Amino acid sequence: MDVPLLEMRGIDKRFPGVHALDGVSLTLQRGEVLALLGENGAGKSTLIKMLGGAQRPDAGEIRIGGQPVEIHSAVDSRRAGVAVIYQEFNLVPGLTVAENLYLGREQTRFGLIDHRAECERALQWLRKIGLDIDPATRCGDLTVAQQQAVEIARALSTDARILVMDEPSAVLTLQEVDRLFAIVRDLRDRGIGIIYISHRLDEIDAIADRVMVLRDGRTVGGDVASELSRERLIEMMVGRPLEDEFPKHRAEIGEELLRVEGLSRGRHVRDVSFSVNAGEIVGFAGLVGAGRTETMRLIAGVDGRESGRILLRGRPVPMGSPREAIARGVCLLSEDRKSEGLVLGLGASDNFGLPNLRRFSRGGFLDEGAEVKEFLRYRDDLSLRVSSPSQRVGDLSGGNQQKVVLAKWLARHADVLIFDEPTRGIDVGAKYEIYQLMNRLAGEGKAIVMVSSELPEILGMSDRIVVMHEGRIVGEFTDPSGTTQEDILGHAIAGGGAATQATT
Amino acid sequence: MKKVIGEYGMIFVLLALCGLFSVLTLKREGATGEAAAERIVAEITARAESDRGIFAVGAARKDSGDFARMVAERLDEEGFTAVTPVIGAPRDLRVAWDEAKAAAALPSFVVVSGDAVNWTVLDSIVEEEHVPGLSVLEPKERLVSDFLKRSNLLAIVDRIVVIAVIAIGMTLVILTGGIDLSVGSLIAFSAVVGTLVVKALGGLEAASWTVWLGFLLAVASCGVIGATGGAVVAVFRVAPFIVTLAVMMMARGLAFLLTGGFSVYQVPPALTWLGQGSTVGIPNTVILLVALYGAAHVFMSHTRFGRYIYAVGGNEEAARLSGVPVRWILVFVYFVSGLSAGFAGCIQASQLNSGAPNLGMMFELYVIAAVVVGGTSLSGGSGRIIGTLIGAFIISVIQNGMNLLGFDSYLQQVVLGGVILGAVLLDKARQGGGWRRLLRQ
Repeated sequence: MDVPLLEMRGIDKRFPGVHALDGVSLTLQRGEVLALLGENGAGKSTLIKMLGGAQRPDAGEIRIGGQPVEIHSAVDSRRAGVAVIYQEFNLVPGLTVAENLYLGREQTRFGLIDHRAECERALQWLRKIGLDIDPATRCGDLTVAQQQAVEIARALSTDARILVMDEPSAVLTLQEVDRLFAIVRDLRDRGIGIIYISHRLDEIDAIADRVMVLRDGRTVGGDVASELSRERLIEMMVGRPLEDEFPKHRAEIGEELLRVEGLSRGRHVRDVSFSVNAGEIVGFAGLVGAGRTETMRLIAGVDGRESGRILLRGRPVPMGSPREAIARGVCLLSEDRKSEGLVLGLGASDNFGLPNLRRFSRGGFLDEGAEVKEFLRYRDDLSLRVSSPSQRVGDLSGGNQQKVVLAKWLARHADVLIFDEPTRGIDVGAKYEIYQLMNRLAGEGKAIVMVSSELPEILGMSDRIVVMHEGRIVGEFTDPSGTTQEDILGHAIAGGGAATQATT
Repeated sequence: MKKVIGEYGMIFVLLALCGLFSVLTLKREGATGEAAAERIVAEITARAESDRGIFAVGAARKDSGDFARMVAERLDEEGFTAVTPVIGAPRDLRVAWDEAKAAAALPSFVVVSGDAVNWTVLDSIVEEEHVPGLSVLEPKERLVSDFLKRSNLLAIVDRIVVIAVIAIGMTLVILTGGIDLSVGSLIAFSAVVGTLVVKALGGLEAASWTVWLGFLLAVASCGVIGATGGAVVAVFRVAPFIVTLAVMMMARGLAFLLTGGFSVYQVPPALTWLGQGSTVGIPNTVILLVALYGAAHVFMSHTRFGRYIYAVGGNEEAARLSGVPVRWILVFVYFVSGLSAGFAGCIQASQLNSGAPNLGMMFELYVIAAVVVGGTSLSGGSGRIIGTLIGAFIISVIQNGMNLLGFDSYLQQVVLGGVILGAVLLDKARQGGGWRRLLRQ
């Protein structure tokens, strides 16, 4: 075999209190897609940050094309032929596509920026990855998928030989993921080495040539992708065999707790009516932009509705603010936990207490003892890993952050819980725990709405499935075990022909 | 402990500055002069009843004689009835002594200064006469630090109290990610409103309750102005910078309109109680600072509303979705900012015994500097109220120290600016894990 394109040998990194990477080695060949798997906190991010120049190893060696390299900064990284596409894109929203593409290495003529040359060249790069957009478009006006493609185009334009993508599919719709895969395969065929990080195991089969799994900062294994079964991968990531990916228990269905009638707002929510009963988990499926999140925001009083009624236990309620919704026992676990779910700069127990402070205070004065005591109970209950109750939630892993959000809502003892993408960006082990928690809540007689873009999750955990398309409910499946992904997708993409209620 | 150091690291900067200025302002205080006389008088007052005989002895030379005269006068003022100044040659002491002996009124204290210390007649009196209980006192040279003098330390408090009081409200505003530029103008507005009320109710002869009424109305009107600005910020989502800039102009203009551009001097002496008076020996300004900062600290760290303020500043949307009444919080912090500016205006009027429409110019910037030097992030969500107090003192101590050292006032501004910048950089480095990491970002 040739000299590997990229070789990382014996990489070691310690942070205060954590051995983030413990002698990790990795090789990447030209024209290969290497899937890097591992739970949150396994060390994937730290490893790729070393390629991007954001972190430096304490020990170990990085070789590119056989030559040892020192990557101290993003500039070194680019010079070495590495391009890293992080989950949070590095595009300036107010600048155009071409300006972003050449940011930091502007094309000049007589000392002035040559806009025409930049646009022309940008257009060539965009065409190369089959992206048909005007280079003069402002990046802020692009869809998420287009922004990602612009990042890829920028990586190519810097002559990158190694492309690292951190969970690129997390923000994309199903069709967009297909397009992304087409681009990735095309790059691979041109000899670029790609490191692909994902939590979605289905994607590994579709795109990866080889798989490497990290756990607790160590390499636990790796092989040609086709040699590893899904079960084996999960086992490697979690460190123990997982009996069942979706541990669904059916709870006894009780009275109707939530009903909405004719809910509408703009073009995202049009005449939506449904109901949820005690002990029931209702799954909401649909493409990104189908109006599921927007519907839930109306129910939780986050946005104002234009028309429609919301009834709790049969009684209409105004639901004018999140404050009111919470007081009435309706809690929304929003899809974007970092910008909507948590105050990242505050401690875990502070976040936990935020909606519950009335209970943890007397005459306006906080009873921090009571707050921390209850937080510790939820910490143990949810096996939440924090170094202390006052640890900043911004420093926690995704799974633990989500558990803090869960804990704060659970402590409200609400009747209606709306989970919007509850397992997004969370590792397999934590997912399993969240599923078990949902089972338990349903068993306690809560009404649960789960919005999810992962069809296996929808099928595996719901008692009833509602499909939305362009702001409307276009289908309902009352027997998830007899339903297939294709059934749901058909409705989600095509709108189910006429907007009839499909029942199997 | 480690946490306290982490959060209030600026206190070490403050202590270092105090240490620095204490040393730099050290000087030798001579055996003559006012301070030495005061010390002698204090010693005698502490040791003797007022009917005891005292000789204040000095040589004819100017500083020695003046000193003896000064001690005698001060002792007179303190109520001592048998003080005899003896100034001149050794003979004069002998004569005075013999006269006293003849009258059977020998002194219990002999204060000597300057050359008189070396007079042999002094030794012979002490050795030959063996007067029981006779003490010979002579002033000594000593090292004193101008900075550490009680009067100077109080001057520091006096100077910073206005800024420190406003900085409480400003900390709350900045914690929510906002800013309040109107506070400087509100000082003037409050001082003018307060003094005008007193003037209307009787002027120089006004009863002291009118002062309290004036202060109350002044503070209340500033609170209303602050809350109104806060409401515009909260409801219409206009940038706080612009809203409070507009309020700043309006409040300043109103202050000038109300007074026609003149200062209001027609106020009774009772006005000065707040800013210049003292209670059980402690200046009211010191009591005020301790009380207000204590209350603010408890409020911010141990009440629901305090927690909400941090949450709104840290992530407004997450706070709203958690049921935090975000709009009320915003209105509230600008209300508090208005109140504290109004209160500071009253203190300023009390310190100056008048109200003027040009008070508090540029104070908003000093207040913001105090808050930021105190470690509160301008982007909101993190900071501590006690840090602000430390920040305010750092600024005041630097100004005071430079005054003592005789820095040119223009140079003082340059230095102060540099120190503010340095303090903030230091804080960043401490929080961001060292200089190297900061520079690599």
